Amino acid sequence: MRYLPLSEEDRKDMLEAIGVSSIDELYCDVPDSVLLDKAVETLPTVRGEMEVDRAISAMAAKNTGANAVPSFLGAGLYHHHVPATVDYMIQRGEFLTSYTPYQPEVSQGTLQYLFEFQTQVAMLTGMDIANASMYDGATACAEAVLMANRVTKRNKAILSGGLHPHYRDVTRTHAHFNEFDVISAEPDVDNVEDLIDLIDDETSCVVVQTPSFFGHLNDYTKLGEACHAKKALLVVVFTEVLSLGALKTPGEMGADIVVGEGQSVGNALNFGGPTVGLFAVRKKYLRQMPGRVCGETVDADGRRGYVLTLSTREQHIRREKATSNICTNSGLCALAFNIHMTLLGEEGLTKLSALNHARACQVADKLAEIDGVDVLNETFFNEFTVRLNKSASAVIDRLAEKNVLAGVPVRRLYQDRPELDDLMLVAVTETATDEDIDALVAALKEELS
Amino acid sequence: MSDMHTITGNQGLQIEEPLIFEQDTPGKCGVDLPDVPNVKTRLGGLERVGKIGLPGMTEPDTVRHYMRLSQKNYAIDTGFYPLGSCTMKHNPRLNEKMARLPGLADLHPLQPHSTVQGALELIDQCAHWLKELTGMPAVAMSPAAGAHGELCGLMAARAAHEAKGDPRKVVLCPESAHGTNPATAAACGYKVESIPANDQGRVDLDALKAALNEDVAAIMLTNPNTCGLFESDIVEIAEAVHAVGAYFYCDGANLNAIMGRVRPGDLGIDCMHINLHKTFSTPHGGGGPGSGPTVLSAALAPFAPVPYVVDTGDGFKLVEHKADSDQQPLGRIKGFHGQVGMFIRSLAYMMSHGTDGLRQASGDAVLNANYLKAKLGDLLTVSYPDSPCMHEVLFDDRFLKDTGVTTLDFAKMMIDEGVHPMTMYFPLVVHGALLMEPTETESKATLDNFIHMIREMTKKAKEGAVEEFQNAPMLTPRRRLDETQAARKPVLKWVPEAAE
Repeated sequence: MRYLPLSEEDRKDMLEAIGVSSIDELYCDVPDSVLLDKAVETLPTVRGEMEVDRAISAMAAKNTGANAVPSFLGAGLYHHHVPATVDYMIQRGEFLTSYTPYQPEVSQGTLQYLFEFQTQVAMLTGMDIANASMYDGATACAEAVLMANRVTKRNKAILSGGLHPHYRDVTRTHAHFNEFDVISAEPDVDNVEDLIDLIDDETSCVVVQTPSFFGHLNDYTKLGEACHAKKALLVVVFTEVLSLGALKTPGEMGADIVVGEGQSVGNALNFGGPTVGLFAVRKKYLRQMPGRVCGETVDADGRRGYVLTLSTREQHIRREKATSNICTNSGLCALAFNIHMTLLGEEGLTKLSALNHARACQVADKLAEIDGVDVLNETFFNEFTVRLNKSASAVIDRLAEKNVLAGVPVRRLYQDRPELDDLMLVAVTETATDEDIDALVAALKEELS
Repeated sequence: MSDMHTITGNQGLQIEEPLIFEQDTPGKCGVDLPDVPNVKTRLGGLERVGKIGLPGMTEPDTVRHYMRLSQKNYAIDTGFYPLGSCTMKHNPRLNEKMARLPGLADLHPLQPHSTVQGALELIDQCAHWLKELTGMPAVAMSPAAGAHGELCGLMAARAAHEAKGDPRKVVLCPESAHGTNPATAAACGYKVESIPANDQGRVDLDALKAALNEDVAAIMLTNPNTCGLFESDIVEIAEAVHAVGAYFYCDGANLNAIMGRVRPGDLGIDCMHINLHKTFSTPHGGGGPGSGPTVLSAALAPFAPVPYVVDTGDGFKLVEHKADSDQQPLGRIKGFHGQVGMFIRSLAYMMSHGTDGLRQASGDAVLNANYLKAKLGDLLTVSYPDSPCMHEVLFDDRFLKDTGVTTLDFAKMMIDEGVHPMTMYFPLVVHGALLMEPTETESKATLDNFIHMIREMTKKAKEGAVEEFQNAPMLTPRRRLDETQAARKPVLKWVPEAAE
């Protein structure tokens, strides 16, 4: 086996040094009744690199990837171009194969990029501070609600009807096992604010999304004021981080906690994971924030350096009193985010955001001209909702047969809402070429006529 | 620091590297983008005004920045990482290549099922390996990390109790448990009770039995445990736990010691998370992303979260909603379908080894740990000398008594010697613990060099070189960092000088 360096001779010498006759003897504390005397027989045996490469490549070849066909899928994850430099750098062994930076003297590389990442996320969201990343946007959203409950010592979260259904569902799962209440507003394409009326003295937070799940844009400033008047927190969620390069920030709208998905910058789709959750808060809530944080300090020679800090909030110190049970982050995905964002910089991000929006506007206009398609959004960033004259799932499946990935059927995420059956989410990024857009328009026209 | 002072502060290849924000050249950019079409915008008056604050850098500057940062990191690709309980083993590059294949890396999770049959097959195959290796009938693939897998397992246990109308209140954790175990139990709404260890480094069976009653929802146990020992009473523990109607959660952090040799399902456990990065070699990535699929017994299988893959015989489908399931899913715990990129890497690893190779790998991991124990046991104090250790060996710091050198000092000097320190001060049941885990991917030569180094360092400590230890490390990009200042006056982001 190519990954195992011990030779039979080595094993013999080592067993002798230990004073046993076989490796099996080292398992003498395992009850005989449960110790296997040979390898599990229902699995295949050792294979060479070429064989494994072929077997997995064969599975990959059965799929239709977003790089191969016109693709307009969003609803939480987005297909963007990732510069070659990003993937090259994150594959440096010193980044890829390093451990959590608990020994800061030999981890300054990881720690410095986490510090840069935290700064970038704070800047983008318009917040005071950010952590070193979470699993994904959906779990970050649930953690934000748990945090709001801790801060306010209240037990009721109000979720907007424009919140991504996965984020809602993950939050509900935590609510069930931690016995707090979750009120979900009706799914609503326009995401009109009737949330203010729901806020009461029991409300820990109101969770809204920008752009909303259906793509609509709202100014949440008044909602923030209403939350604060009742001593509740405003939690703002985003799923398309590029939108922050074009829009008024959640911080400016008065958000107390901002969470979202950072996959769009530097990270591939990966069929849903791994991704990178972003988490930013106002400074006064620092010690209630979950997740890892990196902080600046000095070394024994007085030189600037970085360490993981505030670990008293973490599981390994406070155990059952920890702010959350999380003991990892999405380090490498955060690095990919950090590198891509560095390449973009102020100019690049602003332009890429504008490009995404402009391309989406073009597609929305073209789709609006098709008989059987209604564009429902007046405002959006790079994703919007259309109503079709038939079931969206059926249309999308048939277009997939023609090698066009047209969009996400809303019903796929709202299984219990038959009235949403004709809605389709269309996301347009910089990857959509004129040919891709023409293919989408032609295929839709043919299908709906 | 070395006596040689340079104008730049650089020392040869060790180059001082400012933050990206300090290298800002406004107007520079590391990407080329097409012109933005002129359209009527639809941002509803919510345009961002003012600067974001991001720096401008070109592609060459960016490459050099991250290359220089990378050179300030220790990694398994650069050297030996005997970090107990963390399982830092070789990360094969084939796995990385597979995860980047077109048709896997560029798949959207909400594509029609007809366009992702290969990906669903891959998830199903990875799940199959995990089930067969653990002897468990089901596996929840969506947990995003080990601690998230713990949460998934406990939620399944609680959902099963609720289904019987008896949610219960208490979870038992041995005092040697990973910190995530009690934190997870609390995050699942449970009160945590601690179970002491006996003088053999194992769970005190009598204390455990005394604590078991009809209020106990589950026990959380690590096996092999954090003292590096196999819990030899485990079958009896499982029976006692089940006798009061509780469930048995096994922390799978140490599966690397027993894969292919013991099937956790045969021990009577009900759920166990598997850290794919530890046992199945997906890279740690400086702290993530992880992946923590959770295997489930027949009793807990119906409660696995959505989504999950089903082989219909006529293709694969994904069950995404409770209402579409013929089971009783506990809900959704993560966006989308789990860390699929990690399943690909793990599957490549498992297929490469094969069932025979995995059995050899766990055996070699245990052999390497016992070799360290045999070769260092006369010098360091072995905490539990009477049993063979599993894939990690636990020493304590009595060998440093009266030298003035602390365990931390000793660890910091290892850094100057080019080796990542072992785990220190954990598990808490042993005072001044040093937990070493060589893993199966280290050669005998590496271990022999390490043994020589530890022996020489110990000699140095006993000869009175206290100051040298206290000053270590000397040869790193930074010397010991002031963690107290970092926590007392947190500086968590860069701020322009004028704004400070």
